[in-house]
Amino acid sequence: MKALVPVKRVIDYNVKARVKADGSGVDLANIKMSMNPFDEIAVEEAIRLKEAGKIEEIVAVSIGVKQAQETLRTALAMGADRAILIVAADDVHQDLEPLAVAKLLKAVVDSEAPDIVIAGKQAIDNDMNATGQMLAALLGWPQATYASELLVEDGSATVTREVDGGLQTISVQLPAIVTVDLRLNEPRYASLPNIMKAKKKPLEEKTAADFGVDISPRLEIVTTTEPPTRSAGVRVGSVNDLVEKLKNEAGVV
Amino acid sequence: MTVLVLAEINGQDLAVDQTAKTVSAAKQLGDVVVLCAGTGCAAAAQAAAQLDGVSKVLLADDPAYANGLAEPIAQLVADIAAAYSHILAPATASGKNVLPRVAALLDVMIISDVAGIVDGDTFERPIYAGNAIQTVRSRDAIKVITVRTSSFDAVAQTGSAGVETLSVSPQNTQSKWIEDKTQASDRPELTSAKIVVSGGRGVGSEDNFELIEKLADALGAAVGASRAAVDSGFAPNDWQVGQTGKVVAPELYIAVGISGAIQHLAGMKDSKIIVAINSDEDAPIFQVADYGLVADLFDAVPELISALG
Ligand SMILES: Cc1cc2nc3c(=O)[nH]c(=O)nc-3n(C[C@H](O)[C@H](O)[C@H](O)COP(=O)(O)OP(=O)(O)OC[C@H]3O[C@@H](n4cnc5c(N)ncnc54)[C@H](O)[C@@H]3O)c2cc1C
Ligand SMILES: Nc1ncnc2c1ncn2[C@@H]1O[C@H](COP(=O)(O)O)[C@@H](O)[C@H]1O
Repeated sequence: MKALVPVKRVIDYNVKARVKADGSGVDLANIKMSMNPFDEIAVEEAIRLKEAGKIEEIVAVSIGVKQAQETLRTALAMGADRAILIVAADDVHQDLEPLAVAKLLKAVVDSEAPDIVIAGKQAIDNDMNATGQMLAALLGWPQATYASELLVEDGSATVTREVDGGLQTISVQLPAIVTVDLRLNEPRYASLPNIMKAKKKPLEEKTAADFGVDISPRLEIVTTTEPPTRSAGVRVGSVNDLVEKLKNEAGVV
Repeated sequence: MTVLVLAEINGQDLAVDQTAKTVSAAKQLGDVVVLCAGTGCAAAAQAAAQLDGVSKVLLADDPAYANGLAEPIAQLVADIAAAYSHILAPATASGKNVLPRVAALLDVMIISDVAGIVDGDTFERPIYAGNAIQTVRSRDAIKVITVRTSSFDAVAQTGSAGVETLSVSPQNTQSKWIEDKTQASDRPELTSAKIVVSGGRGVGSEDNFELIEKLADALGAAVGASRAAVDSGFAPNDWQVGQTGKVVAPELYIAVGISGAIQHLAGMKDSKIIVAINSDEDAPIFQVADYGLVADLFDAVPELISALG
């Protein structure tokens, strides 16, 4: 069996995004970029499946600017076997929409024929939470989103999902798309020897044009603005003080 | 323009608050039709018919639609989509599971987590953990949207729309429901509660988390948690508030032993009044708190409970 893991290069989760003054977007120049945290969890899960003998090969795919190579090298250093980079933007500020990403991923799935695609639940930049579901629709495959537990058996996967009321367990027939949530696992760090080894693993480079799919945006970004900021409040000296303020000033209790 | 709202169904019941807030957003766009897909959910359809602004309810009743499985429900919505200018669902786990799939079936782009409606084509949505608000204009023929419910007020339940039963014959051999592990609670639901009390890593253990729950009960509040508290097993996953958990905007949010990481703030910074209780006076949560109390939570919370009692 083969697993495909889409990994996105995004702003590091420790960095606070700053909106550009002209409203044209978030400033990503000279900002630390990393693998989307959910995608690290997806890569980790694929590696664990391989270690458990459930799958033989892990292919990591990234779509975006050329520098997404680094993200793929990280995936390779963690334990992916090979990588595919689809260069689809020449500026880090150009973010491909999930529909376009899903179309490109579908083309990769058509040629790679994986048994399972393990993606992140959400990219922490655009916060779309959509690509896995869209890819599943385009392929006509079942989907198991927000996984906190994944069991791969013969021809199916049993997935426990984090839902609003708690947890839901479903079984999906393979091939399927799984998107992962925070509690699925704790991703490993790539060791130095593995980082060195990853440099020799195959990384195939393609362009969006190679796939002949329409990736033009459907959403025009009109403007990007700062959210309203909260003005700092006051420190209260004691619990009694707090209760008094909540009752008489804020009127909320 | 006619707008289709996919109702949020819990088991056989209508999730009234989530659906009513989505209807409130939909009303701004046109005439509202609500789709209830589930099994044995005729009562849910009746409840949806009472939502103000709804002109018709469609009931699709079939065991295949039970448990919110994405494949049959997305297909159902896509099959009837052509009659609508917009398709909306609340941005709940279930709405976010189904609607992107619908959008891809229709070859349109999903517009996730919409927090503001500018006009029929133009929408505002938070990105980067709410550190930026993006205004987007859709070029698609049908707009498929999930609605950030904390940004819209629920419509009243004074309507009386008709219910029409759809004849459906869904096929689903791809996915199978096995079980739900949900805990019934007498507390208000997190995303609709007027007061939310959340605990973080500072609470220290699952046992200690009872303190947070006691404070919540003293206030008639819902209980929330930070990711660290959930990851550490102090609280169940569905209590997580934040960028990748639930988004809440209550009248009063009390953060106890929570540092205030951007991912947590993303889920609560639209609350009307924020209280922070933290022993570290430099904790970033104080930068968004209306009232900050620098104290050990194990002293402050019991005191607070008795002061309120
Ligand atoms: C992809 C991704 C998604 C994420 N999504 C979310 C999300 O949705 N929601 C979320 O919350 N986080 C999320 N996080 C995690 C986030 O970055 C923080 O790690 C998390 O919010 C920290 O939780 P905390 O404040 O409880 O813990 P900490 O940061 O460890 O803070 C604990 C606080 O408790 C205080 N404290 C300790 N003891 C006491 C005491 N006795 N009395 C009073 N105060 C005390 C400390 O001073 C400290 O400020 C996400 C992270 C990533 C990478
Ligand atoms: N440009 C991309 N390249 C590779 N994978 C992506 C890309 N965009 C999204 N994904 C995958 O889809 C998941 C969800 O992203 P999103 O739908 O954008 O929130 C991510 O966690 C990735 O696994």
